[in-house]
Amino acid sequence: MECVFGLVGNGFAIVVADTSAVHSILVHKSNEDKIMVLDSHKLIAASGEPGDRVHFTEYIQKNVALYQFRNGIPLTTAAAANFTRGELATALRKNPYSVNILMAGYDKEIGPSLYYIDYIATLHKVDKGAFGYGSYFSLSMMDRHFHSGMSLEEAIDLVDKCIIEIRSRLVVAPPNFVIKIVDKDGAREYAWRESIKDASVVSA
Amino acid sequence: MSIFEYNGSALIAMVGKNCFAIASDRRLGVQLQTIATDFQRIYKIHDKVFLGLSGLATDAQTLYQRLMFRHKLYQLREERDMKPETFASLVSAILYEKRFGPYFCQPVIAGLGDEDKPFICTMDSIGAKELAKDFVVAGTASESLYGACEAMFKPDMEPEELFEIVSQALLSSVDRDCLSGWGGHIYVVTPTEVRERILKGRMD
Repeated sequence: MECVFGLVGNGFAIVVADTSAVHSILVHKSNEDKIMVLDSHKLIAASGEPGDRVHFTEYIQKNVALYQFRNGIPLTTAAAANFTRGELATALRKNPYSVNILMAGYDKEIGPSLYYIDYIATLHKVDKGAFGYGSYFSLSMMDRHFHSGMSLEEAIDLVDKCIIEIRSRLVVAPPNFVIKIVDKDGAREYAWRESIKDASVVSA
Repeated sequence: MSIFEYNGSALIAMVGKNCFAIASDRRLGVQLQTIATDFQRIYKIHDKVFLGLSGLATDAQTLYQRLMFRHKLYQLREERDMKPETFASLVSAILYEKRFGPYFCQPVIAGLGDEDKPFICTMDSIGAKELAKDFVVAGTASESLYGACEAMFKPDMEPEELFEIVSQALLSSVDRDCLSGWGGHIYVVTPTEVRERILKGRMD
């Protein structure tokens, strides 16, 4: 089951997602990147139906880029989150997307922010958020250890605590996770936490 | 579980002497899980009209955006603010437009009308208006709220006493409802000022 969670620290926001692409009982691959870099200072961590997830996040990414081309300035995180909610809300009663989103971003005047966007287009700005079965463990872990203005070391430590909890307590726990961070220097991949590496292709 | 109980909510509006109070809980949940404890359910349409939206959070957000849009257009055309009675009719019309595919919300409208006479009303999800002279309630805790308000209400209360009564009614009712709570948010509106207060109740 897909696990996505994230939190806001001191001048940065972190999102973590599992990296398994699963179809019923089969694991297609265990290094699927579910956190899309939306633009230089925004990340979208998405969970849900794989087709909807890829299609919808790419649609948002291209529209955010279009805004920047047309207007010469990038969207703020709040604006991008509200745009995303609007697209989900419009599609909700016609052709709904089954995608849950955590949008993390950094704006110069505002600092880091994290937005929780449900698959039925419920939008809320949060300090910590999570989706999926893993949320039962990661949210509780974060409730216990999170405080506002955490340093990067403290935040990564908390992320690792959450991953350990998910791995030990969730029956179909995903083996690998990717951690991405966004701060004043931009959105980038921070680390992978792998417990199973894909077997390398045997050369002919 | 009913769609109206998916996110959980509690709303009260009560009339006092030349003033009114409108209060809500602060929980945003997804069925049994609590996502946030600072969710806003009451919106200011203008200085003398407040709208509370209970029910499905995504529809509450969409409805608020549509109503704000309509009110801003009204302000541009008429060069004045909407009266609360007019606003209530607008909300009712917008809800009935979606008669066979409704917004899953129960609004509570509170305002000061002509000569600063307090006005409150609620309606169901398809716009059936219910005007009241004393109090209106909405949300998952509505049955408890009816009982608490009926017991504690007195006509012609001053703003300070009204604040106490509404706070006590809200907090005691949400304590009997697992889907609402985590504090309260109350606005006490008189012709001269709006006092916004956050209540701390049982955080569970």
